[in-house]
Amino acid sequence: MAGVTAPTSDDSARTALTLRPPRHAVDRRAVGWWTWQVVLWFAAGVVPLAVLGLLVPPARTWLLLPAAALAVVGAVAAVALPRLWFRHHRWEVTDEAVYTRTGWFFQEWRVAPLSRIQTVDTVRGPLEQRFGLATLTVTTASARGAVKATGLDAATAAALAADLTLATQATPEDAT
Amino acid sequence: MTAPDGTPDTAPDTAPDTAVPDASWDRLDRRAAVLAAALYTAAPVVGGALLTAYWVAVGTSLGTALAWTVPPSVLAVAVGAGCGEWMWRVTRYHVDDERLHVHTGVVFRKRLALRRERIRSVDLSADPVLRVLGVATVRVGTGEHAGTEGTVTLWPVRRAAADALRATLLAHAARTGTDGTRTDGSLARFDPRWIRYAPLSFVPPVLGAAAAGGAIQVAEWFGLQEDLFAAVGSWFGLAPAVLVALALLGALLVVGGVAALALWVETWWNHTLDREADGTLRVRRGLLTTRSISLEESRLRGVELVEPLGVRLAGAARVDAVATGLTTGEKDKTESRTLLPAAPKDLADQVAAAVLREAAAPPTSAPLAGHPVAARGRRLRWALTSVLAPEAVLVVLGLLLTPVLLHVAWVSALVLVPVAVVLALDAYRALGHALTPTALVARAGTVRRATVALQRRGIVGWTVRQSVFQRRAGLLTVLATTAAGTGAYAVRDVGQAEGLALADDAVPGLLRPFLVGDDAPTGVPGAEATDLRGTDH
Repeated sequence: MAGVTAPTSDDSARTALTLRPPRHAVDRRAVGWWTWQVVLWFAAGVVPLAVLGLLVPPARTWLLLPAAALAVVGAVAAVALPRLWFRHHRWEVTDEAVYTRTGWFFQEWRVAPLSRIQTVDTVRGPLEQRFGLATLTVTTASARGAVKATGLDAATAAALAADLTLATQATPEDAT
Repeated sequence: MTAPDGTPDTAPDTAPDTAVPDASWDRLDRRAAVLAAALYTAAPVVGGALLTAYWVAVGTSLGTALAWTVPPSVLAVAVGAGCGEWMWRVTRYHVDDERLHVHTGVVFRKRLALRRERIRSVDLSADPVLRVLGVATVRVGTGEHAGTEGTVTLWPVRRAAADALRATLLAHAARTGTDGTRTDGSLARFDPRWIRYAPLSFVPPVLGAAAAGGAIQVAEWFGLQEDLFAAVGSWFGLAPAVLVALALLGALLVVGGVAALALWVETWWNHTLDREADGTLRVRRGLLTTRSISLEESRLRGVELVEPLGVRLAGAARVDAVATGLTTGEKDKTESRTLLPAAPKDLADQVAAAVLREAAAPPTSAPLAGHPVAARGRRLRWALTSVLAPEAVLVVLGLLLTPVLLHVAWVSALVLVPVAVVLALDAYRALGHALTPTALVARAGTVRRATVALQRRGIVGWTVRQSVFQRRAGLLTVLATTAAGTGAYAVRDVGQAEGLALADDAVPGLLRPFLVGDDAPTGVPGAEATDLRGTDH
């Protein structure tokens, strides 16, 4: 059909086309932050089980056993996952776009052009505050297009938010 | 929160109104407000009264029954009429150069001023009561956010006044006639033969089940439920149980099918899709309750051609709009964005093309590039897993408990495995994508096959996903994010290089700085783009 271009795949043996990792790793302190997050998540399961196990003698085995198993899984996760995430969470802001990569099992790259940005937020949860970190969220008009950079140094995030706000003001366009 | 909105945008879209109504403000239709409110109240009240009267009359006499039910009914209807009158008293609206002012609210007084250039939708509807009275409900929306915040409803407005209000409020959407391609007029006309697609969906079984439930409920009101069950139970003596059960099921499907036809007629009768001179697409439809739904073309970001399995087998498809901020506060959201009900596929393609102003080359029927064979393997594995996992449970239980379950397992596997394989192969055949000069076209799905043609200018970003399994198979999923519709439209399980190249071509320059590999497109704009935060970690 006229004017239709169906892209063709290139089957040469050269390196396949791929997305390069964004330039910046997240802040080193994010490892500590994520570790605490994982620990707290598992603690929410382990602590009630353990307490009940100690208080209810007849069911002790059946409560302490899962608690111990969960604690072991939690400990492994708390050591392994934050380091894995640290390697795979990356971000970059150019004068054209915001670009992030997250996840390992489900890897996800997100790109939002500055001209389409609607809001720039930085959020600092209680744990993030303790570690001096912040999450930068950039939203576009799409309900599913928000780009989040987690584990940034709080000062970097604040400066980025300010820069992005300026940069997006420079491109007045209907962002939808 | 920072709002990096460069345009001077000091006034909110909706704000408490300080304007004071005077004699020049418009009002609702008083007679219609009183009568319609009275009739709306009367319907359930009379129904309830009849039921109560039946029960009281069974116990005592007809006179007692009437004495118990008539005065409260009359009182309730009077209160309803009073509410209508009150609605008329408290509601005033006025359109000035900048805003639509509305003062309304029976319980909570509401004063709104909607900026006219932010008004996105003006929908009219009229149920039979309102039609007899010659009035309509007008729903005005700013389409800014989902929910009811940005919408205001005027009820009831005289038909002529409602049409005039619609024309006035949407006038700002009119395009300046510079593009020359403007073709006002009819894009689609209702064809009664389309009714043959109405029963080809999940609607008949659902309505059939609802009818059965309704019959049981009504029988309970009149204390006849046990008689009903006894009657149905006695039929099982007449013939083998399987035959009777099948006959009952068939009867329910017939009832459901008839109900589906009736529903279709009520919803779609006299359907027309027009492009109005004011730059809106307007859908008008309905047999008893008439509706007029307007969609500003400036909000349109694409169309979606939807083919549910049954409809697809009959060679038909329906056309949905992919638009930003679609009608809020409307209950039937799917229907309010449907531009064309299930109609022959060719016609649906043409209508989709006409809606997008691409009549020469319908994007939804563009030849699509298929996806790598690895995607077929993934679909087959999903299909087989979803069948074999429950079967495995059956087998384990069968070994532990009773061999009957083993027989259930192999018989059901004999039926379900081929079905799953056929669906998986069909799902693979559905996968495809193409790039037209203006649109990104992507197709997927088997039970609900959808072909979306998303305007490339409407893409506001990319999300690229790759699971570990996809990485091994060299596939990835590319999602084009957009302000319209569901927020993102996916090209699923496309070859890695192909998918990235597609995204790069669709929105030039956006993804290119981040692409690497020997095949990476050269002449990269901003390859060495300066980093806003140069501090390297």
